[in-house]
Amino acid sequence: MTLKGNLKDFTFTQLLNLINLANKSGALYVERPGFASRVVFQNGKLTFFESGEEKPSLLKILTDHQLITASQHRLLRERLTEQSEREIGIYLVNAGYATLDQVLEVLEKEYANQLRPVFTWDDGFFRFETGEVSPEDRIPVRLDLSNLILEGARELQEIEELKAEIPSLEMALKFTERPGTDIRKINLNSTEWRVISYVNPKNTIEQIAATTKLDEIEIRRVVYTLLQAGLVEIIRPDGMPVALPGQALPVNKPKENRPLIKRLIDRIRSI
Amino acid sequence: MQTQTVKIVITGPFNAGKTEFIRSVSEIDVVSTERKITYAPEKVKETTTVAMDFGRITVDNDLVLFLFGTPGQKRFDFMWEILSEGMLGFIVMVDSARPETFREARSILETFHAYAPTPYLVAANKQDLYDAWDVEDMRLALRLDPSVKILPCEATKKSSVKNVLLELLYSILEEMDRHESDQGQP
Repeated sequence: MTLKGNLKDFTFTQLLNLINLANKSGALYVERPGFASRVVFQNGKLTFFESGEEKPSLLKILTDHQLITASQHRLLRERLTEQSEREIGIYLVNAGYATLDQVLEVLEKEYANQLRPVFTWDDGFFRFETGEVSPEDRIPVRLDLSNLILEGARELQEIEELKAEIPSLEMALKFTERPGTDIRKINLNSTEWRVISYVNPKNTIEQIAATTKLDEIEIRRVVYTLLQAGLVEIIRPDGMPVALPGQALPVNKPKENRPLIKRLIDRIRSI
Repeated sequence: MQTQTVKIVITGPFNAGKTEFIRSVSEIDVVSTERKITYAPEKVKETTTVAMDFGRITVDNDLVLFLFGTPGQKRFDFMWEILSEGMLGFIVMVDSARPETFREARSILETFHAYAPTPYLVAANKQDLYDAWDVEDMRLALRLDPSVKILPCEATKKSSVKNVLLELLYSILEEMDRHESDQGQP
């Protein structure tokens, strides 16, 4: 049995949840143009992560997390040129630079950080290969997925809220008519200013995003901020359907009749 | 004597295997409202059900079971409410090898359950395909409660379809038991 599909239909958070609940062991491959990653799990815990992008070395990660100093980093890098990551880790622990728990904790944080962008992907292929284990030359961690899943779910929720607020990027923006408001006196960051400069009923949000090189989520965040600040309003194209309130659905309860069901069972058994 | 008719509804996303399911056990040729597909994205098969499929199993002179298959495409969902009226229970067919349909299957399940809170189960169809998801993985993917039955199914095999129908009927009996114990009946 394979476990594969597209993140369009099955979010990364849902996948992690499935792996967590089913205590799965194996490797999850997630790919989309320009990015490929492999996440290894053992009994539902994340043990290893790698992506096609250049990965910081163990020494660099430990330096960034202040477990070793920059000068120690330089010295160790010169000394440990041939060793694998696992050997470097063992050396650091034995030499008293850090405890094993500290190294594992830092690696877990690093993997979680590197995985974070994948949570918001809404497209990309995935497949799970049962039985694959972490590479022998790397340090396996035991990262519990519960917090990652919660974090991913929160990010997805934010995206859902943004999508509800800005349902289509094919809509345009116009400045609100607020006499006396001087937009130059409002504190906006550089990205918001870039977006503001293209606000025009002729430009769709999608076009503004393309011009300002913002992805779908980033442009929604900026537009949402501008909407909240009351600076712009969305112009909905004609013909866009308006959501109707939910309607109460009629409920029919069939007459319960045990002998009837038993007769049906007997009949189907005899087919 | 007047013949009593009861019905079970077979629902699920487009191309899940609903028509085939009914065809496997119906004693009459399935009365189908299939039409040639002209919409390119749905051309994974030649025809599709546009109103309903209709199969029949005669129990005896005074009892007949009808199997109604719903159209799988969302644009025909106005039929769902009509078909769900008075059903004994329903079966949600899901193509185990097409995870892209799982979300829709979940949505159909919730809709039908809202129309009529009758017993139901999920049939994980096409389990014979190489790409088929494991049934327990599908349970998690569809966010099914542990109490909801999800059964492996091959709609082209009569024995497999019989098993699914029987499990639904067992669920209906169990539901009656629960209802009676809640009411304090023996």
